[in-house]
Amino acid sequence: MLAPVHHILPLTTILRERVLPINGTVKVRLDQKVNPTDVIAEASRAREHVLLDVGRVLNLSPNAADKLIRCKVGDRLAAGTVIAARQGMSSKTVTAPRDGKVVVTGAGQVLLEVGDSRMELRAGFPGTIVQVIPDRGAVIQATGALIQGVWGNGRMDTGILTNLADQPDSVLTAGRFDVSLRGSVILAGQCKDAETLQAAAELPVRGLILASLFPSLLPVAREMRYPILLTDGFGSMPMNSAAYRLLSTNVKRETSLKAEMFDRYSGARPEVIIPLPVSSEPAPPQEVMAFAAGLTVRLRRPPAAGMIGTITALRPGLTTLPSGLRAPTADIKLENGEQVLIPLINLEVVG
Amino acid sequence: MPASLVQGDSLLAVNIGAANTRAVLFDVVEGEYRLLASASAPSTVEAPFQDLSEGVRNAINELQTITGRTLLNADRRLITPFQPDGSGVDAFVSTLSAGPVLKIAIVGLLDEASLESALRLAETTYSRVVDSVGLNNHHKTDQQIDTLLRLQPDIVIITGGTDGGASLSVRKMLEPVGLASYLMPEEKRPAVLFAGNQKLDDEVKGLLGNVTSSLHFSPNVRPSLETEDLEPAGRELAEIYLGVRQRQLKGLDVVASWADGSILPTAYAQDRMVRFLSQIYAGSTGLLSVDIGSSAAVVATGFGQRSTLGVYPQFGLGENLPALLQYTRLEDILRWCSLDISIGVLRDYIYQKALYPSSIPATKEEQAIAQAITRQALYLAVQTAKLNFPRSMRSPRPGLLPSFEPILAGGGALSDAPTAGQSLLLLLDAIQPTGLTTIILDKNDLLPLLGAAAARLSILPVQVLESGAFQSLGTSVSVIASAGYGSLVARARLTYDDGHEAQADVKYGSLELLPLANDQSAKLTLQPSHGADVGFGPGRSGTVRVRGGAMGVVLDGRGRPLIPPDDPVRRCELVKKWLWTVGG
Repeated sequence: MLAPVHHILPLTTILRERVLPINGTVKVRLDQKVNPTDVIAEASRAREHVLLDVGRVLNLSPNAADKLIRCKVGDRLAAGTVIAARQGMSSKTVTAPRDGKVVVTGAGQVLLEVGDSRMELRAGFPGTIVQVIPDRGAVIQATGALIQGVWGNGRMDTGILTNLADQPDSVLTAGRFDVSLRGSVILAGQCKDAETLQAAAELPVRGLILASLFPSLLPVAREMRYPILLTDGFGSMPMNSAAYRLLSTNVKRETSLKAEMFDRYSGARPEVIIPLPVSSEPAPPQEVMAFAAGLTVRLRRPPAAGMIGTITALRPGLTTLPSGLRAPTADIKLENGEQVLIPLINLEVVG
Repeated sequence: MPASLVQGDSLLAVNIGAANTRAVLFDVVEGEYRLLASASAPSTVEAPFQDLSEGVRNAINELQTITGRTLLNADRRLITPFQPDGSGVDAFVSTLSAGPVLKIAIVGLLDEASLESALRLAETTYSRVVDSVGLNNHHKTDQQIDTLLRLQPDIVIITGGTDGGASLSVRKMLEPVGLASYLMPEEKRPAVLFAGNQKLDDEVKGLLGNVTSSLHFSPNVRPSLETEDLEPAGRELAEIYLGVRQRQLKGLDVVASWADGSILPTAYAQDRMVRFLSQIYAGSTGLLSVDIGSSAAVVATGFGQRSTLGVYPQFGLGENLPALLQYTRLEDILRWCSLDISIGVLRDYIYQKALYPSSIPATKEEQAIAQAITRQALYLAVQTAKLNFPRSMRSPRPGLLPSFEPILAGGGALSDAPTAGQSLLLLLDAIQPTGLTTIILDKNDLLPLLGAAAARLSILPVQVLESGAFQSLGTSVSVIASAGYGSLVARARLTYDDGHEAQADVKYGSLELLPLANDQSAKLTLQPSHGADVGFGPGRSGTVRVRGGAMGVVLDGRGRPLIPPDDPVRRCELVKKWLWTVGG
């Protein structure tokens, strides 16, 4: 059976596509080195539209109104510009209510785009542009450590990694913050209250890497302007040992936190990238592997949810689980030496 | 749909769900179609696979292992037709429910007329209504344009105007749709279904023809104010659903080419079979079919010529699971739990499960939580669907479900339950049937596949249904009574064909079983106490012939509506006792 792979890698080659949701201008070129804050593409789009019913205002049929409309698609109009005017005894004019661009005319109406909104797409992590995607963005390559998470609040930033998690199951509290942490990416365990998230915002930090978060805190976490990434899930889960080990041995390094929302269809996942120098390019990670004895796995669900272990044997056929369900299973030896039987569907390969 | 093939052909049917893909092989055995084997594999719609045909091939591969029959060639392509060397199949059909929930905007005139019909139509597929534009919506046209641009619906359903009726107002409604679609990038433009005043078809074509990803027409869902006819529009919406999925899901084109057009949305195929069966069973009661899986809960009913279909992604057990909490309290889920679970643990479970929709409960505690959630989600789905049942369907008491015969149940959460007793109890708790009902479990999730197969091999569904491929869980008798816990509400006597008898006293709050094997039938005499209703009317006794099943005859004295006690200790004991009664 094919296995999904959860990346927790000390050194690998990372290739990530960064694209705008709409067409825009790409600001980088092939082989260019980029920093996390560099803009790689930008676009602008209208914040809103204004529909002007010229025919109705001038009390004319759509066809008659069309003849009086003085602007055409693509015209940029300043507020107050006359769009159409009816001469005569009861003369009337239709003017642009705000600065805008004409996007549609016809049927006696004019549709304006108003309130230009600028969108900048930043690199998010340091690397080299290896492919330019015309009008949309680029593919960035980097080498370093890669730690994937399971949930992100949609933000990204870069800072120096600081460890506030003495243990993988440490609970982060607001009292742990002091001014020396300003601008850091904080490695912590669990977060159980909104005050801690708020206190991190007030410092401000450049990001929080948490093992788990109470689901009731999700609305607050989504509102925070700094990135929050969960490595393991919801509730009171400790950080999996592989992620904790790798992160805690990289403190004081520049760390990029790409806390993207997990999109199961596109494969976009929240990630921590710690750039590291290399003499030769390491292999990129595998996305899919087949389950096999000897592989390191992470347990997605109880028993031992979040723990790391090694497959000692794949059981033939279907096995009845304590829940009563029957499924293909594997024997897993956990890091503490305990043996557990886990359905394959509840496992992901760490690699 | 393509014409039927010569009867006697073998058929491979594949159901592509959000979590699992199931492949089922049918062939002729001793002159009749039979289910030969069924196999499943995890679906591969999502990353890192992102190609649903891989999951289909994996499921077929499992089927090859089970049957020893070669179905895929060296390039992993389906071998068709059946070959002289015994490999391949003659026909292939598929159903699909995987993929992100579709965003639908509905446009109509009046909230209580065309918009209500549009909403009901949207509920016949795997969708979420993200915007509703009608005469009662006081937003200006430009605001409506901005809303549509922001929400980027996959599909827009436009209704409104009875045939030959209002046209000016409908034209006005088309304006924001046309302008918003025009402003969207081409690859993001919605598919549009016009199911309103048919006189406007040409105008709609002129206004929207060039600015939508595809433009579809169906007969008016409200030909007159008093009449609603969703069926033709539902058929068109099923086509649109597949069109949108073809753009979204890699690998669907491969499966569609194997199916030669015989691919249907799973819920639509389920509904097709329900309509077919309700015409066969056509009695005084309707037929109910429920299915709950990762993508959605689906409730379909057939009342002779009339049918209803409700597809509720908000009650699906996969990635949308946290959305369930917008419709229910955690406490209401816990009322079904046989173990003492805290609210915090339940909340964590829901969010964690949503991260890994295809994961399964491995421990007893997780199984108890999963089943409690399934009960509440299915309960809510049935309650929501009930609002659309024809008014002619009378309930024994206001607020209760009308009587159905039979009730068909499918979907991973039900068919994969460890025991038949657990499946039965889950269905009794969630559906809360009334009167006498046969409860049938679709262990292999065949119903939608038979719906898809019917178009190619029309005799196949009939013969497979008669072959015992579905598991009868038994006959349930639901007692409606107002009594204290432990009071006698009915007496039951089962007289077997060999003259033996089995009896049970049904007390309020309890479940009783009378054994009756799957292939047997017997005479059941029911005598209610104190005005209780056992299906013959309040206080009325009666005798009926009933068929057996895995659990025999189930006498449910827990009352309707079924409300477990508030006290958590007492509730857990009671739920455990019910579970124990049905075999644990």
